Amino acid sequence: MQLSPEDIGAIWLTLKLASVVTVLLIIMGTPLAWWLARTHSWLKGPINAIVTMPLILPPTVLGFYLLILLGPNGMVGQTLEQLGLSALPFSFNGLVIASMLYSLPFVIQPLQNTFAAIGNKPLEAAATLRASPLESFFTVVLPLAKHGYLSAAVLGFAHTVGEFGVVLMIGGNIANETQVISVQIYDHVEALEYDQAHTLSLIMIVFSFLVLTLLYKTKKRQKTSSEGVL
Amino acid sequence: MSKIQKPATKSRNGLRVCLQQQYASTSDFSLHLDLDIPSTGVTAIFGPSGSGKTTLLRCIAGLEDRLTGNISLHDDEWLSPSSCLPPHKRPVGYVFQEANLFPHLTAKSNLEFACKRATKVTPSISYEEVIQLLNIAPILSHYPSELSGGERQRVAIARALLIQPKLLLMDEPLTALDETLKQEILPYLEKVCRQANMPILYVSHSLDEVIRLADSMIVLDKGRVIEQGNTQDLLGQLGTAFSHHQGASVVISGKVSERLEEWGLSRLEVNGQDIKIQSGEEKVGDTLRIRVQAKDVSLTLAEDEKSSILNRLKVSVDDIARDPKDQSMVLVRLLAGDTPILARITRLSAHTLDLKKGQHTIAQIKSVALLR
Repeated sequence: MQLSPEDIGAIWLTLKLASVVTVLLIIMGTPLAWWLARTHSWLKGPINAIVTMPLILPPTVLGFYLLILLGPNGMVGQTLEQLGLSALPFSFNGLVIASMLYSLPFVIQPLQNTFAAIGNKPLEAAATLRASPLESFFTVVLPLAKHGYLSAAVLGFAHTVGEFGVVLMIGGNIANETQVISVQIYDHVEALEYDQAHTLSLIMIVFSFLVLTLLYKTKKRQKTSSEGVL
Repeated sequence: MSKIQKPATKSRNGLRVCLQQQYASTSDFSLHLDLDIPSTGVTAIFGPSGSGKTTLLRCIAGLEDRLTGNISLHDDEWLSPSSCLPPHKRPVGYVFQEANLFPHLTAKSNLEFACKRATKVTPSISYEEVIQLLNIAPILSHYPSELSGGERQRVAIARALLIQPKLLLMDEPLTALDETLKQEILPYLEKVCRQANMPILYVSHSLDEVIRLADSMIVLDKGRVIEQGNTQDLLGQLGTAFSHHQGASVVISGKVSERLEEWGLSRLEVNGQDIKIQSGEEKVGDTLRIRVQAKDVSLTLAEDEKSSILNRLKVSVDDIARDPKDQSMVLVRLLAGDTPILARITRLSAHTLDLKKGQHTIAQIKSVALLR
């Protein structure tokens, strides 16, 4: 049960990818989730559907279109080339973009639910206490949405760690660049290196168990702490 | 329509509200009113549920949209056809039906949230005064979830005062509480209403609260103003929403002229006549307000009939009206000097006594309730 340098590289890369994706999704997902939780626009339904689509689409479909879009002949790819930037497919940055789309619903939904649950009342109270909308968001909404953010971060992180199909489609299998744990396990099995596959797989199982235990614990605490208030 | 949309004539003092709001073309409810609200004292907004009381308050605070009209306090325009001040820029304090404290902050931090953002110039009431007024020093370190409903509401009132508003809006602050808690909070509210140096709008559907707290009132029904005026005057009239209320009452003020220590009573002088009340802490010379319910007043023509009823006032009949809800009863408006008193008696009694306008009679008052 020894980890090879490639295995350690894969673990490190996976953690780096998941962290970057989680941070970016939390920051960029907040306004989107806020809008979805509060709007009455007819666009809410379609946007909700688009955000949730990665949940049911095969990852290969997502990966396939991203490959086309980001590739040298794709719209985004060509634009990047004209700007003198490096191509995104088969690079870490490409992986980040693909993972963000793939994990989007796992971050948006907990945030959206928390914002909806907080409702209008605390915001109205804050407004009558002279807090501007931005101030209310940071002093009232953020503290009240703490558990929602924790859920969103844990789910976004864990889901990114667990992805395989999208990575394979857009990232390939380049050591220390796009070779994440799930791909590494696939490689080991292909090469009949079952011992190494076991080690990495066990690490993943323990990781998932711990993450989900943590999540349910915070959920329980969230329930009891918000009882009887407001 | 055209009447409401013309620019309101500015009033130098007091709150001027002239607005209309329509939710949706499908909804029956719309708000449509034009009000000048006194710049001092407590104005109650009274009416059945669904009459638009809360909506009116929310409009004034800026929490409602789809609104046209004018709102101004003193000379500051909050809403005009060309501008709308967002809620966080309006100098109001708002007490919600449910306390609506921030659950993630302790009572003290909830108050500090207000203090930090309070209008800096000339605070009208200090932090210490507010804490003392509402008696919340012992509970400051608690989170809202650890407080009782009444305690939460007291903290919420303190929070609204500490923003140092120019106008205090209270939306049925007692409704969410049970009867015991109501009685616990009312004295605090009375103190706040008397000491707060600002106009207060108090929404309520309880005649009891209105009588105890309000100097003047506005009666709403289906989003329209149906009555407006001084509480004492309005209560003493026939044909108003109050005279049909089962708690129909008048408020009478009088001066304490003597304390009858031997009997545990005090003598109150009202327009040259005496009303005896149970002694409390009042001193000779104090002005007291009492509430007399129409159902506690009976009429007799006999001047010196012996009776267990102490309070017998010489009155003249001013007007008689049938009770639209109960065919067997009539309401009689009496005048003791210029003080109106209402009596709710059976139609048969009125017929037997042959009551006519201008007739002199004796009003017997079974019981009175002392206010403030």
